[in-house]
Amino acid sequence: MSKIKKKIKTIKVDLDKCNGCRACEVICSAYHANPKYSSNNPARSRIRMIRDPMRDVYVPVYAGEYTAAECMGRDKYIIDGKEYDECGFCRAACPSRDAFKEPDSGLPLKCDMCEDEETPLCVKWCLNEALIYEEREEEVDEEVKHEDVEIGLKAMVNKYGLQNVIDTVTRMSQKS
Amino acid sequence: MRYSETGFNLEIDLTRGNIERVETDPKLTELHLGGLGTNSKILWDAVSPDTDPFAPEVPLIFSTGLLCGTPAPGANRTIITAYSPQTLLMGYSMMGGFFAPELKYAGYDKVILRGKSPNLVYIWIHNDKVEIRDASHLSGKGAVETQELIKKELNEPNAHVAAIGLAGENRVGMASIEQGRSSASRLGLGAVMGDKKVKAIAVRGTKDINLARPAEFVELCNEVLEYIKYRNANPVPNVMTILQGLGSPQEMLHVDEKWHTENFVWGNARVRRKDFWNKEIEERWKNVQLNVRKRLISCYNCPMKCGAIITVPGLSTYMMKCFSKLTYSMAAFVDDLDFGFRIAQLATEYGVDGFSTPQTMAFAVELREAGILTDADFEGCPSDNQGMFYWLLDRIVRREGIGDILADGTYWAAKRIGKGAEQFAHNNIKKHEQLPLKLGMLNPVYFLMYATGEKINITQIEGQFPQSPFMTMEEREEFVRDWIQVPDEKFKQYLMDWEIRGERSNPYYPTVDMSVDIVDWQEMIHYFDDALGICAGLSSFPLKPPYHIHNYPKIISAATGIDIDEEGLKKVYRRNRNLLRAVNVRRGLRRADEVPPEDHWKKRFPELEKQLLDAYYKFKGWNMDGIPTKETLQELDLGYVAEDLEQRGILKDE
Repeated sequence: MSKIKKKIKTIKVDLDKCNGCRACEVICSAYHANPKYSSNNPARSRIRMIRDPMRDVYVPVYAGEYTAAECMGRDKYIIDGKEYDECGFCRAACPSRDAFKEPDSGLPLKCDMCEDEETPLCVKWCLNEALIYEEREEEVDEEVKHEDVEIGLKAMVNKYGLQNVIDTVTRMSQKS
Repeated sequence: MRYSETGFNLEIDLTRGNIERVETDPKLTELHLGGLGTNSKILWDAVSPDTDPFAPEVPLIFSTGLLCGTPAPGANRTIITAYSPQTLLMGYSMMGGFFAPELKYAGYDKVILRGKSPNLVYIWIHNDKVEIRDASHLSGKGAVETQELIKKELNEPNAHVAAIGLAGENRVGMASIEQGRSSASRLGLGAVMGDKKVKAIAVRGTKDINLARPAEFVELCNEVLEYIKYRNANPVPNVMTILQGLGSPQEMLHVDEKWHTENFVWGNARVRRKDFWNKEIEERWKNVQLNVRKRLISCYNCPMKCGAIITVPGLSTYMMKCFSKLTYSMAAFVDDLDFGFRIAQLATEYGVDGFSTPQTMAFAVELREAGILTDADFEGCPSDNQGMFYWLLDRIVRREGIGDILADGTYWAAKRIGKGAEQFAHNNIKKHEQLPLKLGMLNPVYFLMYATGEKINITQIEGQFPQSPFMTMEEREEFVRDWIQVPDEKFKQYLMDWEIRGERSNPYYPTVDMSVDIVDWQEMIHYFDDALGICAGLSSFPLKPPYHIHNYPKIISAATGIDIDEEGLKKVYRRNRNLLRAVNVRRGLRRADEVPPEDHWKKRFPELEKQLLDAYYKFKGWNMDGIPTKETLQELDLGYVAEDLEQRGILKDE
């Protein structure tokens, strides 16, 4: 069985250390300006502070995938008696909030971990170490696990019937 | 394109309800930078000098600094300017927080409020959309509560709101303007805002601020951050704890208050309690602070954590910084920090200054003890100290009974009360209450700063140079070794030669000329900060800060594209310093007003003090009455100021 190496990039977010200064937003928006650093505007940042000082809520969140539709319900977490609502931990650029959208065009933004830099700049500018960059390599199996495919297909068969699934797979294979 | 600034002010006429976005002259940026510098210019141009601070035509200016909204660390200050109802001079008070950058992102360098609204309103600025909105439902609401209510009704959790409480609405002379963890609290500008019937300004901005030479600028910012890291890891040795690091004094972090409680004076700035601090108090106070403190927090784009979220059981949450945790307890002679945190919660909601207010209440208590105020004045007042202070605070912000007189501050209250009450308003400079500090030997540098500072608040004038000499030569050598911030090498020698005792000690050393040099350096950095919107905590206030005369010109040039070097920047400082002085001279400020409290030092030296003031005026290019001469003004492109002062007969041909 062959193995491949995969680089895993992580930004560890320590909410307890966050001082709420938004330096992460500042340098992110400056870095992604065109030309680089030519302007500054936290509304364009790919990291955003969900911030409510009166409730001691400080959550830096990174822009993840764009989603066209909002969820049917809103997240609400309670951790150590403190309430985090309005999707405080969600990374999606979605219609339910204005985070992670270009203010002019409304186009979605996504964190790219500052690919040209050694470490993401939000981490570099976070002197309080609420944001910590970690990189590790993992070896993963290259093979496809047939059991997993079968579990997925069984669910489709239950829902649509075997013939529908066969037809769809046939059509897909002809297209590709 | 304009760099580092938006190039637009928002001018609002509250009487007519007119709102205009007005382009500014880029030449003014070159001459004055921005912030305090351009505020002074606006105030000079705006109104005739004898105008009442509450006259509708006096502009109340909320200004960003030139670097606010750029990535420069700590560039977040709002500089608020009007005439102070207390001092009657130009009042400028500043706050950190998040307001100034947000205003820049909305597309404005300043908000200039003129006129008076017929009803209580708040202003909502959302990029190009600006509204004057009814605030009648917010009347009487707390300053912190108001910020939350406005964000909620606008459904804008990311808006930043500067608001007044009941004190501002009632034109209390020590009313503050509160915003998040910050407040512009000195000199009563909250009363001016209340007089204009503006409860709050809310702002949300999502536009860009541009930089002239981006890569160079960000590299300079990286250097600043690196130096902050270095300083955080290397506290200055051989000075007391609160002077070792950067930021404003780390009062929310530290729990050891031996120094403040034993060196600052209690009551109406009277009693030094040299044996106050003990193990039991230390333990109790520490518990109180750690229990109410939820998190140490920062202003916009700054790694220092000078503020804290405070939640006292049973009271709504508020934010605090610096020394106000102690001012109420010490003024009231209450040996309990819990009282300090509790009454500060109410005082923050009411929106009052944490120095002038407790001092004024302690002044009232003394007047009662002296029989100048009577039991009739205190009818209904509880007899215990805590109760008395809560009662007085309520009377003051509501302007009820004796509170109506006290609400104007100790100077004006004493005048109205008479019967010798003036003797009890003993801790003022230019009619404004000062830190409760009483010392032994005159310090010539501090004498000059207290006497001549236009901010009338020592913490906004001091900095850079150690407050007292180092004990040994080794300590001095260690200090000067990496002292890169000095504008000139001579300052190192001043410090090396400064002794605790003997010929080269206070009050005759630093010598008169050296003292003037040192004060000029300290003032200069504050004037830069107040024009640029950089927090004093990263620049003019602490020892060995990351911003200084040698990197500021590069930072300003890269941000704005304005070609400026150290000499050019020093000239801007002198221009702004002289323009501000001229605004106040036109309102009657003279040498006779430049007097520290008589009892500030036990040992005074009238002849030396005269020499110090003479030398300072001469160095500044002022006449012996503290008025800038025609030549000085002309050299600084302020010929129009000289002309005006001549026409008024303030400057005469000599």
